Amino acid sequence: MIRVQEQDFDLGDELRGMSDGNHGIGGLCSFVGLVRDMAGDANIGAMTLEHYPGMTERALEEIEAEAHDRWPLEATLIIHRYGRLEPGDQIVLVAAASAHREASFEACHYLIDFLKTRAPFWKLEDTPDGPKWVDARASDDAAVARWGKVDNTQ
Amino acid sequence: MLKLLYFAWVRERTGTASEELELPDNVSTVADLITVLRAKGDGYADAFESDDLVRVAVNQNHVGFDHKVQAGDEVAFFPPVTGG
Repeated sequence: MIRVQEQDFDLGDELRGMSDGNHGIGGLCSFVGLVRDMAGDANIGAMTLEHYPGMTERALEEIEAEAHDRWPLEATLIIHRYGRLEPGDQIVLVAAASAHREASFEACHYLIDFLKTRAPFWKLEDTPDGPKWVDARASDDAAVARWGKVDNTQ
Repeated sequence: MLKLLYFAWVRERTGTASEELELPDNVSTVADLITVLRAKGDGYADAFESDDLVRVAVNQNHVGFDHKVQAGDEVAFFPPVTGG
């Protein structure tokens, strides 16, 4: 399941919702991304996340489907927030549940790596010098390449 | 008609989030479309100053600049994504 929303989420509620009633799940791995108060050497007051409604949902659904093709997963969840966020706020949750831990760990890692290079979100940070769009990081492309698929244009 | 969308600093430079454009006769690919857009004004020239910095989606799929465009397409231009 994927959700794109402005409001916060409760990690415990979300994970329980994934595993409730499915006793075939033996492992559930999650990753939560948080807003930091630093970018390089600059202090960040807050940030605003812009996205591409329609394409965002489509991109997240594709990434989720690819994870299910790759690992024997019982459930997956991707939640990504947009709008104004402050340091300490939760931005993103990805989680993968499987019968055994290897698939849930690996799929969770895969989901966040591909989300970062394919989902159409853009961060605008409030810095002491005014608002600044965050630059993409080459290390994110390298993280995706590790999974054996370097082409992020499809 | 094409539906054009712009996001993040590409939107700030073009000065618009979306617009419609009659598909010009000489446009068959995204690269051709960018050439036409660059000539629309200074903001557009700034937005498309460097091909390396702009990404494109046609009908909500990431594509390369050699991708074909046709009437009815939704074409979006934006910087490399920075979510997560």
